[in-house]
Amino acid sequence: MATFFGEVVVAPSRAGVDDEEEIEETAEDREIRRELQEKREIAAFWTPGAAGRPAEEPLPCSRFIVAVGHNAVAFLSSFILDSLCWKVVGAVKLWNEWCQTTNATSVLPTDSFCLFYQLISDPTVLLCQCSCYVAEDQQFQWLEKVFGHIRKEGLQVTILSTCPVAEYKTQESTLTLPSPFLKALKTKEFKEELCCPLLEQPNIVRDLPAAVLSYCQVWQIPAVLYQCYTDIIKLDTVTIEAFKPLLSSKSLKNLVKDVSESTKILKKLLTTVETHNNIYI
Amino acid sequence: MFVPCDGGGPDFEGFTLLMPAVSVGNVGQLAVDLVISTLCMPKVGYFYTDCLVPMVGNNPYATTKENSVELSINAEVYSLPSKKLVVLQIRSPFIKNKYRPFCQTLLSWVESSKCARVILLSSSHAYQRDDEQLLGTPLRYLLTPALEKAIEGHMQELKWKEMEKVAAYPGISDTEKVLHIPGGGITKLLFTESCSKGIHMAVLLKFCSEGDNIPDAFGLVNYLNEWLQLIEIRVSAVCFRVFIFYISYFHFLYWLASLWPAVTKSRPNVRYVLIKIVLGSFPPKKTNLGQRWWKL
Repeated sequence: MATFFGEVVVAPSRAGVDDEEEIEETAEDREIRRELQEKREIAAFWTPGAAGRPAEEPLPCSRFIVAVGHNAVAFLSSFILDSLCWKVVGAVKLWNEWCQTTNATSVLPTDSFCLFYQLISDPTVLLCQCSCYVAEDQQFQWLEKVFGHIRKEGLQVTILSTCPVAEYKTQESTLTLPSPFLKALKTKEFKEELCCPLLEQPNIVRDLPAAVLSYCQVWQIPAVLYQCYTDIIKLDTVTIEAFKPLLSSKSLKNLVKDVSESTKILKKLLTTVETHNNIYI
Repeated sequence: MFVPCDGGGPDFEGFTLLMPAVSVGNVGQLAVDLVISTLCMPKVGYFYTDCLVPMVGNNPYATTKENSVELSINAEVYSLPSKKLVVLQIRSPFIKNKYRPFCQTLLSWVESSKCARVILLSSSHAYQRDDEQLLGTPLRYLLTPALEKAIEGHMQELKWKEMEKVAAYPGISDTEKVLHIPGGGITKLLFTESCSKGIHMAVLLKFCSEGDNIPDAFGLVNYLNEWLQLIEIRVSAVCFRVFIFYISYFHFLYWLASLWPAVTKSRPNVRYVLIKIVLGSFPPKKTNLGQRWWKL
């Protein structure tokens, strides 16, 4: 097809399967593809359980909170997590073209990492902070390795994520949208009250949050996804604070730290991050 | 793998499985949406797979506030036992290098669930048609040998056109012909695999381009309906089109006539001339009839 500038380009197609893929692969191509697939495999590490329980044994879990993306991760770091009440019990390491997870023990929300925490006072409460990008071919692996290590009886999942408001479809004028704002999606089994309105048709959710919610819907696990639509792409307080209504939800209510402490931690977090990103003296 | 919504697990033995190929214009998927929403088909399960890009959203077929909050995922199964119809809807593209495993998983499920036949709705790039294909209907069909044997000459009765094969080496040799469905996604792979496994499969496809493909979806569903008779069409499409034409033609004349008073009120000469033209005769002497016409 010819564009307005006269150049001839291949017409984009929603077919999703390039005709070039029909060409037979050589042994070398297959070897390269196999090596790339191995490199893209994700690895999950779990700490051995209490009282000598092996690391491979699935963890009993009543509540699993998953934060995907820098702002959701920063929200949990500021308002929920602290080193006294929570301990690290697992990590996922992965590599893809967009990111590689860090091996550092002390992490910032802008780093790429995926860590699992357990509440010391109630070991059935698990929390996951995933600030690395999990590519579409790795999402299923992530689900199998994470949910394969969690017992599903009595489990309830809460997912927090963010999305650019430019992807929000509505008949209203986008100038009047109260960005950032929260929208929710829930599985059939989730019966609790929501902290915000449901996401209207024809909006959809993609990537890891969608993969987790799909898994919960198929395997009949009560789950809710809270997606924050924001017009700021980097870490910022306004987007993080947009998640605050969730602090009154049943799953997060009794996990909340002192709010004044949280605000201080949030400010400190963002100052640290800004210094790192500042290219001017 | 197929995961039922409720523990039981429905029985699809003898059913017709209708599914789309993710293809140019998403025509197959739009057509399947049309079938599901028109027949009000309830969801019976999910096709849980690692081959499709994950996505979730609320029920796209919502009719009430209550059913608008049901979650939908990327591959779902709907069923209508009264018509022995089961429909698989696919809502996202394939993950890179995963379309072959998907075809294998799908065909295994078709065999294990003992579906009587599979109908694949698809589309192909309109710009890659040859000179002959540019004329006539843009709709085509393909049947695996197993299904062709089963339904014999039904397609000839319907006067449908089979998808033409193209030269394997165009310009060099015309003797060797191959099936080529550009923009058809996994259509060709599913079809060839079904041929080799002896599965009863039909492919119904439409030549189209990317754009507003809703009319293409309607065209494809009407094509399907000619065969499966899923719904009754009281007035045939041709009669309907003729009816609409006449209505719009007469509507135009009425509209034109309604302009008469406004246009000719201050132009009695124009009225005179136009009446003369319409009646095709000299105006009568000033009579009551003439006065009446004059006052129009």
